[in-house]
Amino acid sequence: MSTTPGSAPLLELRAISKRFTSRLDLAGRIAARLGAGAREQTVHALDRVDLAIAPGEVVGLVGESGCGKSTLGRIVSRILEPTEGERRWKGRPYAEYDAPSARAERLAIQMVFQDPFASLNPRMRIADVIGEAPVVHGIVASRERDEYVAGIMARVGLDAGLAKRFPHQFSGGQRSRIGIARALAVKPRFLVCDEAVAALDVSIQAQVLNLFIRLREEFGLTYLFISHDLGVVRHLSDRVVIMYLGRIVESAPTGEVFSRANHPYTRALLAEVPRLEATKRAYVPIRGEIPSPLDPPGGCHFHPRCPVALPRCKSEVPALREIAPGHHSACHLNDTP
Amino acid sequence: MADAEGTGTAAAAATGGAAAIGPWARFRAEFAESRLAMVGLALLAAIVVLGLLAPVISPQNPYDLAQLDVMDSKLAPGEESATGKTYWLGTDDQGRDMLSGILYGLRISLGVGITSTVFALAIGLFFGLLAAYFGGWTDTLVMRVVDIQLSFPAILIALVLLAVLGQGVGKIVVALVTVQWAYYARTVRSAALVERQKEYVEAARVLALGRARIVFRHLLPNCLPPLIVVATVQVAHAIALEATLSFLGLGLPITEPSLGLLISNGFQYLLSGKYWISFYPGIALLLTIMSINLVADQLRDVLNPRLRR
Amino acid sequence: MSAAPLLEVDGLRMHFFTKAGVVKAVDDVSFRVDRGQILGLVGESGSGKSMTGYSILGLVDPPGRIVEGRIVFDGTDLTRLDPAGWRAIRGNRIAMIFQDPMMTLNPVLRIDTQIVEAVLAHADVSRESALARAREALVRVGIASPDERLRAYPHQFSGGMRQRVAIAIALVNGPDLIIADEPTTALDVTIQGQILFEMQKLCRESGTALVWITHDLSVIAGLADEVCVMYAGRLVESGPVADVLERPLHPYSRGLIDSVPSRNERGRPLHQIPGMTPSLLSLGPGCPFRERCDSANGACRESPAITEPQPGRRLRCYHPAA
Repeated sequence: MSTTPGSAPLLELRAISKRFTSRLDLAGRIAARLGAGAREQTVHALDRVDLAIAPGEVVGLVGESGCGKSTLGRIVSRILEPTEGERRWKGRPYAEYDAPSARAERLAIQMVFQDPFASLNPRMRIADVIGEAPVVHGIVASRERDEYVAGIMARVGLDAGLAKRFPHQFSGGQRSRIGIARALAVKPRFLVCDEAVAALDVSIQAQVLNLFIRLREEFGLTYLFISHDLGVVRHLSDRVVIMYLGRIVESAPTGEVFSRANHPYTRALLAEVPRLEATKRAYVPIRGEIPSPLDPPGGCHFHPRCPVALPRCKSEVPALREIAPGHHSACHLNDTP
Repeated sequence: MADAEGTGTAAAAATGGAAAIGPWARFRAEFAESRLAMVGLALLAAIVVLGLLAPVISPQNPYDLAQLDVMDSKLAPGEESATGKTYWLGTDDQGRDMLSGILYGLRISLGVGITSTVFALAIGLFFGLLAAYFGGWTDTLVMRVVDIQLSFPAILIALVLLAVLGQGVGKIVVALVTVQWAYYARTVRSAALVERQKEYVEAARVLALGRARIVFRHLLPNCLPPLIVVATVQVAHAIALEATLSFLGLGLPITEPSLGLLISNGFQYLLSGKYWISFYPGIALLLTIMSINLVADQLRDVLNPRLRR
Repeated sequence: MSAAPLLEVDGLRMHFFTKAGVVKAVDDVSFRVDRGQILGLVGESGSGKSMTGYSILGLVDPPGRIVEGRIVFDGTDLTRLDPAGWRAIRGNRIAMIFQDPMMTLNPVLRIDTQIVEAVLAHADVSRESALARAREALVRVGIASPDERLRAYPHQFSGGMRQRVAIAIALVNGPDLIIADEPTTALDVTIQGQILFEMQKLCRESGTALVWITHDLSVIAGLADEVCVMYAGRLVESGPVADVLERPLHPYSRGLIDSVPSRNERGRPLHQIPGMTPSLLSLGPGCPFRERCDSANGACRESPAITEPQPGRRLRCYHPAA
């Protein structure tokens, strides 16, 4: 269940940064030259993020909007290219898997998306949605496709008789299963799940989470499970990574995070989670808005909202340091004895 | 506002209950909801059939000058000629049977309208997808050309082109394609930009599918609905534009009259009581364009997700 | 029965008459809300919770129609109100907050214009005093530097800030009742926490009653006094929040509570309710949950009536949990 410490990471991100710049078109550039207000804007979505994930590990990535968790997932799954930094799979840079002969390794990282509607092509039958990529990549011959698709549909709890239908004929829960089946069809080892259950009803969410747990055992999968829902992450993950405005602020085994959270942001986040048990509690909210990633505050990004901020938090970026075995936190308070 | 959960699930359930209903079957059912559109479709089908069968059902070949008898010129509808033939819709100033002229004219008008639309659509689709998928300077270049093109009146561009190229069916198609492709390029680009952001395109990229496959198998089919609507309207525009050009004497040669040319031929006699030479081709043109527009209106309602109830 | 409740919904049925058939979106729902009370209306998509809220505010459009039942608000039956009567009540004595604040906000008008308009629509006061009320409303929902915010446009705000402004507009006329339809669902956890805190405080201070519609049981847990659980258009269980969450009687509410991850041992399979929500269109007679229910038997083919197994608890089931 838990990580084997010291084992070589399956996936490794080294100092990954991602900046999105809104480029001006010709008219905008002329306007800027003439002194109009148009300016290029840069969003620092990720700021030198390091992350290593061991084989078989389930890492929960938690944060609020604008923290960069979805960007990180899309960089891992190759939808986006990082502005800086290096991605490694099985100890070798991603670029080494670009050759056609390394196709299987390139396909080993797959993604499960949030929106059960937008993530399926509305004009394709389910058999095509699931079976297209395996046929294109020669994983299965095209005449054996339907049989192969039926097998995968059964594994994710879908009736294979529905393969000729179109996405709009399925419920939300069934659609997420189709999205999972599409990813499994190319024999992945690593799944990036981006808010994969956020759009589902509670009772359906439980079914899909159970499916993730079962598939992990059946296929020996490794997960990067991105979610804003701490309850879901707590249930599924071995390790929890918490992000705030493009930086990792804390990373620790799940039990540690929920019992001995170190970073003030993590503690605030945990306090805000609505709980079934906390009947009629008085909400004491954390202060302030989440700052815009267009113009993040200097030093530690959390300092304007932090109840225990020190003067140096305004100017100095705290490093992510190991404060207990396997438990990392980026807070200046850990330096003061 | 009240369209929250209840109706949504009900609609999903209504379609989910039956067997594999494709988007095509659903589209047909929704299209048939409007009786007016069905009337338009039936009328359009009839016009197309009449145009296609023109050589078979016309009493006369209006292009064969040998069959025209100047003695029969400007006969009123239903009037019998010296040789005993009855011209049900009358004849024009060259003794051409108006009914045959209209049937052949429909054939030319529809042919020109549809051919130019198909070519313009293909060219517009290509450049629009190119601009949307690659972005950057490709996008800038294509879209600035489109902007310039669309800032001139279509009729002006067509007039200049025809003045340079001369007359003929092929040349008028070239002129119509030139003035129309930009509409498609712009429509397909904006549709593709929206679709490109959707998660199913990202999923295709994670599955390492080829660029051409993503553009043509995933992006293109989802960009088609708005394009079909524009194309239908544009067929009507093309027919009207061709008629206008022919009316102005720049379209088709006088020996192969389209509807516009027939109307133009009769124009000088309109005030001398010989109304039929312009009137009947005018009615044919009107019915054609109206039926296409009825179909296009319903297509817009069915295919535009924003108007979905 | 104590004093007359502020709002009493009694046997409400709201159906959609579609071409495919009748959709019973709300099918026999009854509850009451007292002044200053917070009622949670919980259910999954298609349960009819939002439609119940829309019915109370008279926002149901054709093909939807209230076919039966009464909605009595402070002595007036809302189902019989004419448009003039609605104008006097809606936005004044009853206000609504939507999941998407842009349902309330006009993107092309400044915030001050919008709030002042809301005030002047119902109160005969000067522009200056309306503006003062607008400012006060923003302060009450925890917006810092209200004068600056008043002169801004909605697009200049974050999602959480927009929702606060929408809440401020709902509050500005001092309503007796607020219907809130998933107002924090699209917001981040820390922002949700702030808004729940403000709402709780406001209800406590002003005696405003609140109907909070949500799919999230844990939000209700910390916020509401009473809870109504809905399934497939029907009210299946209601009672004080602590009682219902601790000792759910209906198999559906119990399944829902058990499937929340924090109620399960970490890493183990979650308790799950099998199957999926039935289509409201093909829903026959009988308990709509019986296909997914462990305790269902032949009796469930007849629709169970509402019973009161314990004081304050109401239930629609033949097989209440022990």
